[in-house]
Amino acid sequence: MADRTVSELVAAARGGELRATARLLTFVERGGDLAEQVAEATHDHVGNAHVVGLTGPPGSGKSTLTAAWAIRLAEEGRRPAVLAVDPSSPLTGGAILGDRVRMTAAAAAGVFIRSMATRGHAGGLALAVPGMVRVLDVAGFDPVIVETVGVGQVEVDVTAATDTAVVVVTPGMGDAVQANKAGLLEVADLFAVNKSDRPDAADVRRDLELMLDLSKLTGHGRPDAVVRPTIVSTVATTGRGVAELADAVDTHLEALRDAGLLEARREVRRRAEVRSHLEHLVLAASAAAVEAAFGAAASGAETADESPGATARRLAERLLTDPGS
Amino acid sequence: MADAAPVRVVLAKLGLDGHDRGLKVVARMLRDGGMEVVYLGLRQTTASIIDAVEQEDADVVGISMLNAGHLTLGPLMVDALADAGLDVPVVIGGIVPDEDRPTLAAAGVAGVLGPGSPAAEVVACVQAAAARRGL
Repeated sequence: MADRTVSELVAAARGGELRATARLLTFVERGGDLAEQVAEATHDHVGNAHVVGLTGPPGSGKSTLTAAWAIRLAEEGRRPAVLAVDPSSPLTGGAILGDRVRMTAAAAAGVFIRSMATRGHAGGLALAVPGMVRVLDVAGFDPVIVETVGVGQVEVDVTAATDTAVVVVTPGMGDAVQANKAGLLEVADLFAVNKSDRPDAADVRRDLELMLDLSKLTGHGRPDAVVRPTIVSTVATTGRGVAELADAVDTHLEALRDAGLLEARREVRRRAEVRSHLEHLVLAASAAAVEAAFGAAASGAETADESPGATARRLAERLLTDPGS
Repeated sequence: MADAAPVRVVLAKLGLDGHDRGLKVVARMLRDGGMEVVYLGLRQTTASIIDAVEQEDADVVGISMLNAGHLTLGPLMVDALADAGLDVPVVIGGIVPDEDRPTLAAAGVAGVLGPGSPAAEVVACVQAAAARRGL
């Protein structure tokens, strides 16, 4: 199978061969020439899958909820795929990808699950995820669920760059002030208040409603939002609220489509992907020059009596006016 | 770029055996050895492990057994992977008497790691098994 070309693998993936899909995902994840070939072979047949981002704090029950939801979808005769992203160690590059522990039943129900590590470089994730989603789309999966730990800007960006962004919150996260802090909660198209069998779940709901009221008051929210985000109460471990979550996700897609915003959102996503690639290429092209300029001047007494910012400005000026030096 | 990709390992407890402490230690050793560990946890079957290996495009399977089932389950896993057409080596961790090692090696098990194996040995064993996979 190592001998098959990318276009043979794409044809096999479209025919439903999971192994071919898995190998294409590996190529995209690794980047480089093969990733480009996969992008070339897949970029023009996209747009069939509903791409859903699901994020939330560690331990909020994302994997359990995703599993329960995906099982329901599979039982309805749909073909869900899950791309589960976990962090890599910045020190060793290794990772423990633990999402499948909570997804044994989903895997048994025929849900395609792929675990993915962030592999250190934040830009890499933003490059790899859209490419991997496209492979799953081409392979006929729908919906494609991208699950990330909602702790960093990149994870928030990845979630925001979907058709429907689901944010999972739980009781015990903090008060209404926390709910109004910038970041994760702003990108949500809908909320799942998981572990809502806990006594203070009603408080979380109230705080979220209040936050959404304030968003309406200030006119601030996702510019491409179609409806006020729905809040669904779930208990992933018992399955309570999972049907409502599934319906709310489908309803959001319909609302986007009816409002003519689905294509607009996908165009924004495509442009963001172009930007990620551009940034990656420019950074890669300039890395050696930056390294040389930095290595030449960053040590020694020369920089001791100026601020780090001043040193950098001086180096940048030299680099940009005389790139050959 | 492709050659710098981390080794991907699926780790699981195969069959009825509730002791996963050792497997968690191994997961951490491999993570700190720069590998990506897809952790499946307890009570997995050959079928569930094969699903994971296929979808995750894994390079190595590591199964842990402390229930003396290795002579049955080790070859079962190797054969199940071969039957599925997956050329992925199997490493066994757990309590394996020395006299059983040749039997497991003959059955196609790529490596055996006993209790107290140092981290460097664990990583080297999985690394060597991964190198055997035809990529």
